[in-house]
Amino acid sequence: MATNEETGRFGLGERSSIYDRPSRSQGANYSVERARPGLPSTSTKRLAQGLGWFSIGLGLAELLAPRAIASISGVSNKHTGLIRLYGLREIGAGITIFAQKKPTEGVWSRVVGDALDLTSLGIAATDPEAKLGRVAFATANVLAVTALDVMCAMQLSNGSNHGIHAKGTCVVNLPPEEVYRFWRDFQNLPRFMRHLEAVHDMGEGRSHWKAKGPAGMEVEWHATIIADVPGEVITWRSLKGSDVDNAGAVRFERAPGGRGTIVKVNIEYSPIGGVIGATVAKLFGEEPEQQLDDDLRRFKQVMEVGEVVVSDATLLGTGYMEQRPGQPASARELKGAEMLPSETATNYGSEGRYTER
Amino acid sequence: MRANCWYGKTSVSVEEVPDPQILNQRDAIVKISSTAICGSDLHLYNGFIPTMQRGDILGHEFMGEVVEVGREVTNLKVGDRVVVPFPIACGKCFFCKEQMFSLCENSNPNAWMAEKMFGHAASGIFGYSHLTGGFAGGQAEYARVPFADVGPIKVPDYLSDEQVLFLSDIFPTGYMGAEMCDIKPGDTIAIWGCGPVGQFSIRSAFLLGAERVIAIDQVPERLRMAEQGGAETINYEEQNVYEALMDKTGGRGPDACIDDVGMEAHGPAAIFAYDRIKQAMMLETDRPHALREAIMCCRNGGVISIIGVYGGFIDKFPIGSVMQRSLTIKTGQAHVQRYMRPLLQMIENGDIDPTFVVTHRMPLDEAPRAFDMFKNKEDNCIKVVLKPDWDGTNGSAKDDSYTVVH
Repeated sequence: MATNEETGRFGLGERSSIYDRPSRSQGANYSVERARPGLPSTSTKRLAQGLGWFSIGLGLAELLAPRAIASISGVSNKHTGLIRLYGLREIGAGITIFAQKKPTEGVWSRVVGDALDLTSLGIAATDPEAKLGRVAFATANVLAVTALDVMCAMQLSNGSNHGIHAKGTCVVNLPPEEVYRFWRDFQNLPRFMRHLEAVHDMGEGRSHWKAKGPAGMEVEWHATIIADVPGEVITWRSLKGSDVDNAGAVRFERAPGGRGTIVKVNIEYSPIGGVIGATVAKLFGEEPEQQLDDDLRRFKQVMEVGEVVVSDATLLGTGYMEQRPGQPASARELKGAEMLPSETATNYGSEGRYTER
Repeated sequence: MRANCWYGKTSVSVEEVPDPQILNQRDAIVKISSTAICGSDLHLYNGFIPTMQRGDILGHEFMGEVVEVGREVTNLKVGDRVVVPFPIACGKCFFCKEQMFSLCENSNPNAWMAEKMFGHAASGIFGYSHLTGGFAGGQAEYARVPFADVGPIKVPDYLSDEQVLFLSDIFPTGYMGAEMCDIKPGDTIAIWGCGPVGQFSIRSAFLLGAERVIAIDQVPERLRMAEQGGAETINYEEQNVYEALMDKTGGRGPDACIDDVGMEAHGPAAIFAYDRIKQAMMLETDRPHALREAIMCCRNGGVISIIGVYGGFIDKFPIGSVMQRSLTIKTGQAHVQRYMRPLLQMIENGDIDPTFVVTHRMPLDEAPRAFDMFKNKEDNCIKVVLKPDWDGTNGSAKDDSYTVVH
């Protein structure tokens, strides 16, 4: 599982395979960073850590030398108690930043602290004992730090609220070349991906995707292939102007002992926000990994037995809420069934591909 | 068509439901001539298997006539008389290729449910909860049979329904229970549970070369049937099983033990009460009394074969005894497809006549009464065969021109 954890994050696993081998598509300059909207960039992370050290340093100073701080800020000495409290707050924010893997809350707590500092400085300025020049200097400094805090917090938040990533894997009892070939023909994807309605291959690595959401909503996007190594890997990414910003990667590994192909899929969606973004996020369900697992199970079925296998209970879908009783459906019910095999079967398995190996 | 549907704990009812249709290209529709109630159906009936839904059609032991085939079923044609195995298997995946049909990776559309409960999913099964796929069962007039090119086998007309019906489950299941014991000439095999599967384990153990079979139960008519099969018997309500077995084997213990009981074991009052209370409180889902006893009784280096159905979790499992004494545990839902042909051959050869196990024949419409009788072991009930095309009047049950009396 350790390797899975390592390669599971979108893009990371592809890094080696893509950079180690010559890419045969025009997208040789595939940027891992760009396709990972949900993860903080290294620069953002470094900035957050800097702010964390700043918090701890300032906090210690406020706690241990409140008089010096008061003097520098031009604030009356009688506020040392409050300054000590603010010091504790700063240290708390610093510790939070270092404790979190993705310190979104830690940095946002700094923004709140900045607001508190600015308010306090504003009130202090009305004090007759205040040295206005120094207060103004301190305020300018706090404002500068506030700008950094807000910027960093927003970068950290961006994506984490909307970005959805899912990874899934399955084993298909066919050689990688064959499994790759089926997936590479994107028009096959709607046969097992439940939310996809149609994928149209426009040539030169470009494709047009149409998916259906709840309430009959339709979303569309154009995608381009970024890396394409036959029998090994395909990665793709949506183009500008998409209803839903997304990227995906699928890898095909020869299973040991000639036992078919290990398929590993990573998909990431970063809806462009607003109403559409929220709806689209819902479109991919509350458990995107479960969704992907189900899609991959259907993929395996289509590859190995030629069509999606249905039972009486799963005519309307495999979700817990979609189960109908395990008894035959009426003709009317059958009409409404979503994934009826008659639509998915193109007899992939009927052409003698499944000879005993 | 009419079908026996589940409506809740100890509640089944024969209802009018839509006829099944071909949904996948490798489906067949079978008009059912005989269908049986399995001991494992009682686990559903008693509410011990989760993911049942009102209206689920029960039944996984059935046979009949092919009345429709999907485009890709080339080995069967309309009119063929077939027996259908209870596990649904695609024949193409890794496990099917390895002959482990009850582990088929493609036949359970609800695999995610099973994965949540078991870590991995096994195959789909007819009429056995949504956890195993949510397929309509065979206690009905018709059934849709997926992967009809892999599962069902054609049976010769000169064999009666009841001679071949149990190839669907209990004969292969009982046989696999015995086969897992790696029986060598001279072996003594102890079998917990003398229900229908236990009865077939007894006879299979002899067929596989066992010298002695010792069968354990408390129901007199079941013990009697075991004795007719050649087994020595122990009534656990009258004797201490461990002492009786040690007595019979010179203190060494049987070479292999088969658990033909499963999750709803009965036993001496105190232990039964302990497990039953824990089960009721959801502290354990299965009552493993028979399994615990089998482990303690087995000889050093022997085999524990678990073929009785378990569905969840147990406690007080004597792992120390298993490890310290080099026991081997083998288990699994029967890979029925693997056994159907060789066992049919045995029936044709006259090595075994499976009709011995049938005690009751009833019309399908009487399924609710049959379940109640079977559960409460009324009227010496051991195995019920339901006939969808029989109204219960004498002489109308097809294919049963022979007489079976026990």
